[in-house]
Amino acid sequence: MFRRLEDPRAEIEFDFEGREVTAREGESVAAALLAAGLRGFRATAVSGASRAPWCMMGVCFDCLMEIDGLASRQACMVTVTRGMRVRRQRGAKALDGAAAPFDDDEGEFA
Amino acid sequence: MRAYDLIVIGGGLVGGAVAWGAARLGAAVALLDEGDIAFRAARGNFGLVWVQSKGAGMPPYAHWTRRSAELWPELAGSLAEATGVDVALRQNGGLAFCFSEAEYQAREDLIARMHNESGGSGARMIGRAELRAMVPGIGDGVVGAAFCPMDGHANPLKTLRSLQSGLEGFGGDYLPGRTVDAIDYDGGFTVRAGAERFLAKRVVIAAGLGSRRLAPMVGLSMPVSPLKGQIIVTERLAPLLDYATHVIRQTDEGSVMMGDSQEDVGFDIRTTTPIMRDIAARNLAALPALKDANIVRVWAALRVMTPDGCPIYEQSLTHPGAFSATCHSGVTLAGAHALALAPAVMAGELPPSLAAFNAGRFDVSQA
Repeated sequence: MFRRLEDPRAEIEFDFEGREVTAREGESVAAALLAAGLRGFRATAVSGASRAPWCMMGVCFDCLMEIDGLASRQACMVTVTRGMRVRRQRGAKALDGAAAPFDDDEGEFA
Repeated sequence: MRAYDLIVIGGGLVGGAVAWGAARLGAAVALLDEGDIAFRAARGNFGLVWVQSKGAGMPPYAHWTRRSAELWPELAGSLAEATGVDVALRQNGGLAFCFSEAEYQAREDLIARMHNESGGSGARMIGRAELRAMVPGIGDGVVGAAFCPMDGHANPLKTLRSLQSGLEGFGGDYLPGRTVDAIDYDGGFTVRAGAERFLAKRVVIAAGLGSRRLAPMVGLSMPVSPLKGQIIVTERLAPLLDYATHVIRQTDEGSVMMGDSQEDVGFDIRTTTPIMRDIAARNLAALPALKDANIVRVWAALRVMTPDGCPIYEQSLTHPGAFSATCHSGVTLAGAHALALAPAVMAGELPPSLAAFNAGRFDVSQA
């Protein structure tokens, strides 16, 4: 769906739910995962509807993900670092850190 | 010019409940709502259906509050049936946390006093062990709590919306953007709002802080003043608190609301950092896990306070058919307003159980 323009920046790898994904240095987590073809980034807390990044500038809160063990982080506002661990977030954040398992295939790469 | 059986002035939770309750009985009702220039306490509400501490020193208020809590399931059920709106009523009991032995003792004394004055609400003190079983994440600084099985909570915005749409479903008129300028009386009432005229045999003034100006037009007194409260709302969180409490509650959709600040600062609805800090600190002491919750909203609103904190209900002696109705507990008392007060207004007489809420109690010459 999204294709990178020619990008001379260095490649770095990070972890998305056990898979290695390649980003470019300086990219946001949201941009890297969109470029990798991820479609569903989270499921909403009330209805469970699938959501993906929309505004890409920190306003809409539709790109919330679990990043390095912290839930409800805005993937569009977090810059990828090498070895970062990223997971989709399903439903409401739990304060004790337990993340709900994501058992559908909405997060498959297109 | 339009004629009605009842005109309710004030489109908040009090006016909305009375208007809905009257329309449900078949009355032709107009609900005049000033608009967003009003202070709109009903839109800043915390959402408690709160019994345990209401009416100390005033048994009729304790009894009226309990009656409302008992009527709430019928109200919620009727609203859901008529409008399809689930107002998220949950009445599984409420907790008032005590942060010191002195607070615990004061709360225990209050419950004992209220039991002696006005009978049992089922409220009782619970110690740390029992509290920890009910609220597993409770902070070490909470020494105990008062628990009342009649307490609960509901979504105030959904309640307001369903009262208004329910009124329209019964054929009533919800009329926003109407500031009442004058009320004329010639055995019936003519309510003037701008160029419009509304006629009715009965009028209820339930205009929150605007009531002070309106009440004298029909020979009533409603000496209400603002008491500011600020509220913090977190992102939606997985369930962490099963009970309503006086300072914090988790909504059915997962948001955590924190509040209960009280500031006597006039008509000021700005949020302020020092109060927000106090609210956050107190609730972090109650539930330390909240340190990882993101805050998504804050707001301030003005409670509608009478001099003694108890409601005012009265029929005008000089303008029979005109009634006053105001309180600072629009959610708690919605059940009673819709299902007990509204029928009394339409019958033309308030019951003896409401005589104690006459505004004459504030008249200094009485003493």
